[in-house]
Amino acid sequence: MLNAGIWPTLDYSRVPYHLYHDPEAYRREQEHIFRGPTWNFLGLEAEVPNPGDFRTTCLGDTPIIVNRDANGRVCALVNRCAHRGAMVRREMSGNASEHTCIYHQWCYGLDGRLSSIPFRRGIRGKGGMDPSFDMAAHGLRQLRVAAVNGAVFGTLADDVEPLEDYLGAPVLAQLRRLFERPVTILGYNRQRIRANWKLYAENTRDNYHASLLHEFLVTFGLDRSTQVGGVKMDARHRHNITWAEAESDTAELAQEAYGAAGVRSNYLSLKEPELVRFRRERADPLNIAITSVFPSAVFVQISNSLAVRQIRPRGVNEVEIFQTMLGYADDPPDLTVHRLRQANLVGPAGLVSMEDGEAIEIAHRASKPDGGGTTVIELGGAGVISDRDYRVTDVPLRGFWSYYAELLGIEPAGALR
Amino acid sequence: MKEVAPGWASDRFALYDLFATYGALIDAAEFDAWLALFAATCSYHIVPRENYERGLPAGLVYCDSRAMLEDRIRALREANKYNIHTDRHLIGLPRFVGAEGDARLVEAPFAVYQTDQEGETRLFATGLYRDSIVAEADGLKFRDKLVLLDTFAVPSLLATPL
Repeated sequence: MLNAGIWPTLDYSRVPYHLYHDPEAYRREQEHIFRGPTWNFLGLEAEVPNPGDFRTTCLGDTPIIVNRDANGRVCALVNRCAHRGAMVRREMSGNASEHTCIYHQWCYGLDGRLSSIPFRRGIRGKGGMDPSFDMAAHGLRQLRVAAVNGAVFGTLADDVEPLEDYLGAPVLAQLRRLFERPVTILGYNRQRIRANWKLYAENTRDNYHASLLHEFLVTFGLDRSTQVGGVKMDARHRHNITWAEAESDTAELAQEAYGAAGVRSNYLSLKEPELVRFRRERADPLNIAITSVFPSAVFVQISNSLAVRQIRPRGVNEVEIFQTMLGYADDPPDLTVHRLRQANLVGPAGLVSMEDGEAIEIAHRASKPDGGGTTVIELGGAGVISDRDYRVTDVPLRGFWSYYAELLGIEPAGALR
Repeated sequence: MKEVAPGWASDRFALYDLFATYGALIDAAEFDAWLALFAATCSYHIVPRENYERGLPAGLVYCDSRAMLEDRIRALREANKYNIHTDRHLIGLPRFVGAEGDARLVEAPFAVYQTDQEGETRLFATGLYRDSIVAEADGLKFRDKLVLLDTFAVPSLLATPL
């Protein structure tokens, strides 16, 4: 069922519905994508500022501890006891000098090394572990980690390219832009959507839907497809940057594109225009910069709200979007308030994002019964997968599927990349 | 009964009525009448418990002025699209927990169930209201309403107010 023959076209302009619903596809994604040669966003160094600070997270289905060791190094460990497979660290966050499994109190250092086992020598010479038991071979598995300006990525693969090569120059530049100064955590939000995780991954690369589904964007003049903008991918087309420049279109052009009704108001008609007012913070004019990193990270600037989203698959039929809201450590108090106000734009209750939850749920629901059907991905044309300097396009979805097919080993001969 | 709010004992029924009306108006999608339950100067925040407990300020809904709250309701009407559903608020008895100037501090637990068009109901949210309530000429009003959200893994999306 899951082979190179499933693709009706070689440019990924048709994607079979069953890929969103097939438990076998889910199993292979976990093995070949999440546990495969990819770098996955795990958290921020700013979340574990002191030695012993830890946070628990996940990489696909795999539970992960991110902590800072006594030497100040950030490590990531598989959060699973070597003894009986229990979750060792249960808390979301905290500070500790070691991680002890509650089940039988096997104890691990912050580098994952197994440091002690209760009753290892038995009691009064009876019981305990065999003297040949190798403590060094039974630690918590340590992940390879690498960071870009404090954004920590991890991988469970031994043979993945270095992080900077994996990201490619354009994505790396976006991450360095977002993390150009030390960040501070403003908070978290979570959204559990009853849809396959890939529908969300596609959604973040889909420029076509933004100003149509998220009517708030156009109604209040925050973002329109008539603005100067486009999509930029890495050389392999697995990642994508959606970008737009603030105030780069005219009211006349917008009215022509959307009709007078669509742009009937602008932000000045809000009672609190600060909600959408863009305070330019950098030399560049970007007010929208959404960087999707294959497979599961999204770095988001929408106006002055800044965030990282982690896509957490929860089985074939559900996904959690875990979002970390950011500011800069040196933000003046009024800018922090501005970011907190603009946090209204994003997240599960976001004025320009709540619709995503509904859109991908209805896509998941109605595509399920027809495994033989396919989606249509042709905005910006079929054929070659390449960057575009316009916004009415969904080409980056085809890039996502191209790399997906390669990693799952279902890339058809002659397929575009 | 302990008199934590002198002079308000006779207003206890008014307080119960305020909370009962609050839930009923959201459930009936009568948002203008719902807005009228807030003071002229007011705030409304929905904060995930995981942020609150860590002292992190970000909310899911962050309205630090009446203007922002009114913009939220306008967006809900004019722009936002969301799962078609009805809400049902079950609000526990409010209790006085203190005073702050002319305002009384009140807490009440809540649960909100959502029912879709097929008649399927699910628990959408539980949490705690932590409110500052003032007496105005036409009755008690919410000055500051904090919706402390226990169910911070939000099912699907959050559109209608809690």
